[in-house]
Amino acid sequence: MIPGTFEYHRPKTVVEAAKLLKKLKEARPLAGGHSLLPMMKLRLAAPTALIDLGGIAALRGIKKVGSKLVIGAMTTQHELLASALIQKNVPILHETAILIADPQVRYVGTIGGNVANGDPGNDMPAVMMALDATYILAGPTAKRSVKARAFYKGSYETVLKAGEIVTAIEIPAQGKHGYSYEKLKRKIGDYATAAAAVILTMKGGKVVMCSITLTNLGPTALLADAAAKALIGTSGDEAAVDAAVAAARKIMSPAHDTRGTPQYRTSVGGIYVARAIKAAMARA
Amino acid sequence: MSKVHVKYKVNGQDVEGLCEPRTLLVHFLRENLMLTGTHIGCETSHCGACTVDLNGKSVKSCTVLAVQASGGDVLTAEGMTNADGTMSALQEGFRQMHGLQCGYCTPGMIVRAHRLLQENPNPSEEEIRFGIAGNLCRCTGYQNIVKSIQYAAMKLRGEEFKEAAQ
Repeated sequence: MIPGTFEYHRPKTVVEAAKLLKKLKEARPLAGGHSLLPMMKLRLAAPTALIDLGGIAALRGIKKVGSKLVIGAMTTQHELLASALIQKNVPILHETAILIADPQVRYVGTIGGNVANGDPGNDMPAVMMALDATYILAGPTAKRSVKARAFYKGSYETVLKAGEIVTAIEIPAQGKHGYSYEKLKRKIGDYATAAAAVILTMKGGKVVMCSITLTNLGPTALLADAAAKALIGTSGDEAAVDAAVAAARKIMSPAHDTRGTPQYRTSVGGIYVARAIKAAMARA
Repeated sequence: MSKVHVKYKVNGQDVEGLCEPRTLLVHFLRENLMLTGTHIGCETSHCGACTVDLNGKSVKSCTVLAVQASGGDVLTAEGMTNADGTMSALQEGFRQMHGLQCGYCTPGMIVRAHRLLQENPNPSEEEIRFGIAGNLCRCTGYQNIVKSIQYAAMKLRGEEFKEAAQ
């Protein structure tokens, strides 16, 4: 199984990459390639040109800028897992990255590819929405930033315009918080049957801040706002968790696929929301 | 489609050649360099039979373009022996512990285990199982593969592995 034919370019700078993407019709950026190349083999994607971002050093690395953590788009899942900065400031990214694919794929797969591809099965979009992260996008002439929560429009549809690439992800300081990413998968390497991310803060025995997001339970990662509101102001007792689960289930619309029926995935989706809430509270 | 020039260091030797941009690394290794130790299994980046070491990382060579990897340092199953041509600790482990039956997954297993032991010379059984989670074996049930890697890890640390193969 090999992909169809395409032109290959390996630019050295973001501007050069963006110009090529804009100029060449049906061109796609190539990050780790572990989503795109399999799709090209199956002819589910047939770009006429690939713009390999692997030669752009500026897209790599994890650093602290002021109170924010900035992760270059070409940072691999393996590099995320090895980062003390990530472990200390946003441990949910460590917890999530280790659940993605397998060692070989994590050496190559990038955080930018994971968030920019728009696949509802990818794990990082929901986590970035829970953290209220911002994506930095660069085009041939201008940069802009878009909140993760406003980036996804549908299955494989994002706000990215022709010639734009995600260059970095900015994560605001989280302070002392509880976190959890709970993922149900059939086997190592699989996409989620259902998964939930929770970030919350407790004060005086009550939940004061909470965000809950869902993976693979709709056409995009979902922000379960009503579920979070059901928890805020409570002690996180069983009744509050039940209310949050019920609110989360209301917005789930999973596909019917080999991972199960929509009814089954909505059912386990709720269970994973409850587990993630409890795990996050235990760490808060 | 015009061809592109690629070059690598493969098992310590400089090599170069021409290929289409769509040529996968595994095909370049097998068909241009005739290094058929790297196997093609699922071709969908699940099974790990095509695992090679690229710039110190285990990668599935069916999901890396040959041109994408150009300039890289590649280690394949053929490069797994000791410098004097004798069996490496891992190869010896797979032989002593019966770490293979049909053998199809073995090159990928050994190349992956090589990197695992470079990163973690004293892995627990759980760490070995997690570390080879990207390599599928349909024969052994993994028991003896894990023992083969434990055998090699201990030999490389100058210790003796006392368990028997199952």
